[in-house]
Amino acid sequence: MLYAVAVFAPLLGSAIAGLFGRAIGDRAAQAVTILCMVLASICGVTAFVQLVYLGAPSGMVVLGDWVQAGSFHVSWALHYDTLSAVMVAMVTCVATLIHIYSVGYMSHDHSIARFFSYLSLFSFAMLMLVSADNLLQLFFGWEGVGLASYLLIGFWYDRPSACAAAMKAFIVNRVGDLGFAVGIALVFTLFGSIEFGSIFANVPAHMDATYHLLGHDWRAYEVVGILLFIGAMGKSAQIGLHVWLPDAMEGPTPVSALIHAATMVTAGVFLMARFSPVLDYAPGAMAFVTFIGATTALFAATVGCVQNDIKRVIAYSTCSQLGYMFVAAGVGAYQASIFHLLTHAFFKALLFLTAGSVIHAMSDEQDMRRMGGIWRLIPFTYAMMWIGNLALGGVFPFAGYFSKDAIVEAAWAAHTGIGQYGFWCTLIAAFLTAFYSWRLLIMTFHGTPRADHHVMQHVHESPPVMLVPLALLGVGAVVAGFVFRDQLIGADWQAFWGSSIQIAPGNHVLRDMEDLPAWVTLSPSVLGLLGIATAYLFYMIRPEIPPRLAAAFPAGYRFLLNKWYFDELYGVVLVAPFRALARLLWQVGDVTLIDGVPNGLAALTAGGSARVVRLQTGSIAVYAFSMLIGLVVLVSVFLLFLR
Amino acid sequence: MMNWSLAVPELVLACCGMAILLFGALMKRRETFHLASMLTIGAFLITAMLVIAGPHGLAYHGQFVADSFSGFVKLLVLAGSAFAVVASLDYNEHENLRRFEFPVLILFATVGMMLMASAVNLMTLYVGLELQSLSIYVLAAFARDQLRSSEAGLKYFVLGALASGLLLYGISLIYGFTGSMQFDQLARVLADPARVSPGLIVGIVFLVAGLAFKVSAVPFHMWTPDVYEGAPTPVTLLMGTSPKVAAMALLVRAMATPFGHLLGQWQQLIVLVSIASMLLGALAAIGQRNIKRLMAYSSIGHMGYVLIGLAAGTPAGIRGVLLYLVTYVFMSAGTFACILAMRRRGVMLEQIADLGGLGRRDPVLAMWLTVFMFSMAGIPPFSGFWAKYFIFTAAVQSGLWALAVIGVLTSVIGAYYYIRIIKVMYFDEPQEAFDPRPPSLSLLAAGSGLFTTLFFVFPAPFVGAAETAAKVLFG
Repeated sequence: MLYAVAVFAPLLGSAIAGLFGRAIGDRAAQAVTILCMVLASICGVTAFVQLVYLGAPSGMVVLGDWVQAGSFHVSWALHYDTLSAVMVAMVTCVATLIHIYSVGYMSHDHSIARFFSYLSLFSFAMLMLVSADNLLQLFFGWEGVGLASYLLIGFWYDRPSACAAAMKAFIVNRVGDLGFAVGIALVFTLFGSIEFGSIFANVPAHMDATYHLLGHDWRAYEVVGILLFIGAMGKSAQIGLHVWLPDAMEGPTPVSALIHAATMVTAGVFLMARFSPVLDYAPGAMAFVTFIGATTALFAATVGCVQNDIKRVIAYSTCSQLGYMFVAAGVGAYQASIFHLLTHAFFKALLFLTAGSVIHAMSDEQDMRRMGGIWRLIPFTYAMMWIGNLALGGVFPFAGYFSKDAIVEAAWAAHTGIGQYGFWCTLIAAFLTAFYSWRLLIMTFHGTPRADHHVMQHVHESPPVMLVPLALLGVGAVVAGFVFRDQLIGADWQAFWGSSIQIAPGNHVLRDMEDLPAWVTLSPSVLGLLGIATAYLFYMIRPEIPPRLAAAFPAGYRFLLNKWYFDELYGVVLVAPFRALARLLWQVGDVTLIDGVPNGLAALTAGGSARVVRLQTGSIAVYAFSMLIGLVVLVSVFLLFLR
Repeated sequence: MMNWSLAVPELVLACCGMAILLFGALMKRRETFHLASMLTIGAFLITAMLVIAGPHGLAYHGQFVADSFSGFVKLLVLAGSAFAVVASLDYNEHENLRRFEFPVLILFATVGMMLMASAVNLMTLYVGLELQSLSIYVLAAFARDQLRSSEAGLKYFVLGALASGLLLYGISLIYGFTGSMQFDQLARVLADPARVSPGLIVGIVFLVAGLAFKVSAVPFHMWTPDVYEGAPTPVTLLMGTSPKVAAMALLVRAMATPFGHLLGQWQQLIVLVSIASMLLGALAAIGQRNIKRLMAYSSIGHMGYVLIGLAAGTPAGIRGVLLYLVTYVFMSAGTFACILAMRRRGVMLEQIADLGGLGRRDPVLAMWLTVFMFSMAGIPPFSGFWAKYFIFTAAVQSGLWALAVIGVLTSVIGAYYYIRIIKVMYFDEPQEAFDPRPPSLSLLAAGSGLFTTLFFVFPAPFVGAAETAAKVLFG
């Protein structure tokens, strides 16, 4: 019951703020949504504690029938197990803090009620996604977050760039969603059901099922795994379908924090963990997941090193960290991926909100080249940025240290070729992560002020309503790691996760992580510290090095600055031909043919009408004459037909 | 066999008519229009009950029949005539036409129409038709001090006489070449193809021409717009409903029973007339500014659709014809009720532009008119859609693809002018409000509107009755 309240309270808040926002005013809309979110987070956390620590039974909360068509049955039901409960608790807590923060951040905006309604709608969709009991309901939440993110990215709809970014996010996600939808259909043909309970119970039965595609029989589990992962790639911005995430920074900063750090983009990772019972029997798909995840982790980290927009750096960092999570899922350490998801939610939300606080202080400036020298002016924000960076960079004892090291170790412990690839990619990425984090910190807060003095005069610490959520997230970023480490990925992880994560008998990754060579365990931390030192050297001590490096390797620099030319590539390969086709269909197909034919017909009809009406003279003789002519015509036609 | 009891409904109605006439003549000094109207409606009700309860069979030596088909048609005719009387109550009051002869004339026209529905002999057919026509000639010219009305009555009379001449000539040809006027005997004779001669064919064409005039099918439609416009509006309502039903029923029975074996021949004739009517109805209505003229062209188009069902020549097609007529009577009566409500400061209005902004001035009236227009255009879920659906399905089942396609295309064109009226009502500059509506018109509009809107909820009794009626013709 509490659990259902946690899921549906945000919907209530959203509906009230959205439908009656104008009537009740901005203040009331804020109060209602925040109240609902607070209620949801209390319920969510309570449900989590009851399940995990107080021994409440897991199960499902059935809300009603949804679709009953032949053998296809779907109910509205909430899945209540550790995985869902953890996600619900995390989402409600982070979303609540971001709601509160937004009160301060959005205080100068014109449509506050609309913003809070969208924000709550988004939270609801995400909760629906993580608490779904079947794939269709999960897909409902999946599309719901897609819709809400579209609305929020394009929140400032009078900016063309925001609208473009919103559409880009929506369209790119659609590509992934297609894979996901086909995957759901395949699951149904395979298992005859899309409810998690009956799918996972029947996993052994279909172990050898095959799927015929392109003249080759594939193992059905591999195909399902790949299809679901394609969906996850879109939502979680993995390489290839990542292009929307950096552009999504057009939305207000709290949106970036909520959607593009803490929740929505983690949906893909959640899906992988949810499908662990199936995926663990699909080694090929898992290798693919690891490969994509590792590549993304490295790729996004390299791009993050040269970006100048403070939010874009963090966005690429998110992309990279999601890659980490997929590496963990790909080598079978689902627990580690969710662990990182959890800690990442805290420190990434913290980083984004801190960045928001900086942007707020700098009169909406986002370019780090026009910042600097403000750490004395906004000390609290500065301290929070440090905490976020330490957690992201993986410095002991901050949250990121535990979860990120676990992933790097899991990749090594997989003892496979692809695991090795994942290990090296994540290791290098760890170095780069630390480097770009401190690059961001130093460029933003240190050095000589590069903003004009008008802006500098206005630099001020944010109001308490923004700082309190920062502080709370900061606490999470510090403690989430060592509090949860032993429970989530310790030796008795089974006690914590229950049946929500099921691994194959041959999967010993977590156990093997316990005895690794010392250098494997230490290297992430060492490389992280090295990254910090490098950044310090480059931007604090010898600030002339980066420009010189850029000048020395212009091609490499431009390659990174332009994000590996992904947007340009897509522009040439996909967007331009598509535009040309659309233009053709528009100008030739639509304007000329589809409009032309009816317009021509209409003109013809009008002309015919005028001619017919002219016959109607009113003269009785003409009428009688026409009757007789008609009779003659009919008789002759009739006699002709008789012959 | 003089089984006269089968004709009790007609006899009772005729007697009632004479009684009311007598009553009106005797009560000369008093206001008798309203009373006579009420009595007429009462007579219609009694007759309807007699029709429902009456037995089936042949009477008057095979000149008169009472069967499911005639029963169905008679009830519809009575409904249409009753609507006309109701619609006339307020109009005649205002237009200074309150004379008791008016409802009585409608009553006698109705007797004629009922006779037409029961005719199984070419002579009965003619007598019924003439009784109906003569009454309506007078009604069309009823506003005798108005030029337009007199002109309409005269035009209708002259052209009607021409059509009657054609009809009689056709009948005489048929009789001459076959030796019979009885429908069943004709059918028996013509079962032998050798008996079919060109003279007979010409006779059939003349017969069809005479009846096509009554249903205002192209090319015998020319009178329709002028007479519709000129006649007093309740009379136009009458002409738009019952006589169309009766004449169409007559045409259906005459084609299906005696000449059923010649389907291959007359089918082409009906197809031609049907296509021409649909096209003209759709095209000519576009340019109209007067809503009564528009309704005239609209009725021509609708008769074209009905003829599709006849051309199909199957029980399904005839069922479609009957259902179409049912929905058409209600749509038409409702629309004319709305037109009758178009009065401003005591002056009747007929221009479409006068409806401007009705959506704001009188939302209820605008809503009903919208319902009727959508239904006439054939937009679901209104009854007009289902009528077209039954007709087109029957046509397709009989392989008349071209007819069905043309029908759909012309209804698209037709939708333009129907929906234009809705556009005028809701989007054009508001005009001054109309005078308050009398309750009789509100009742008529609401009743027809509800029928049109809710037909899809309870179509089963109508479809079932039409099915039974259609089967009768195919023995």
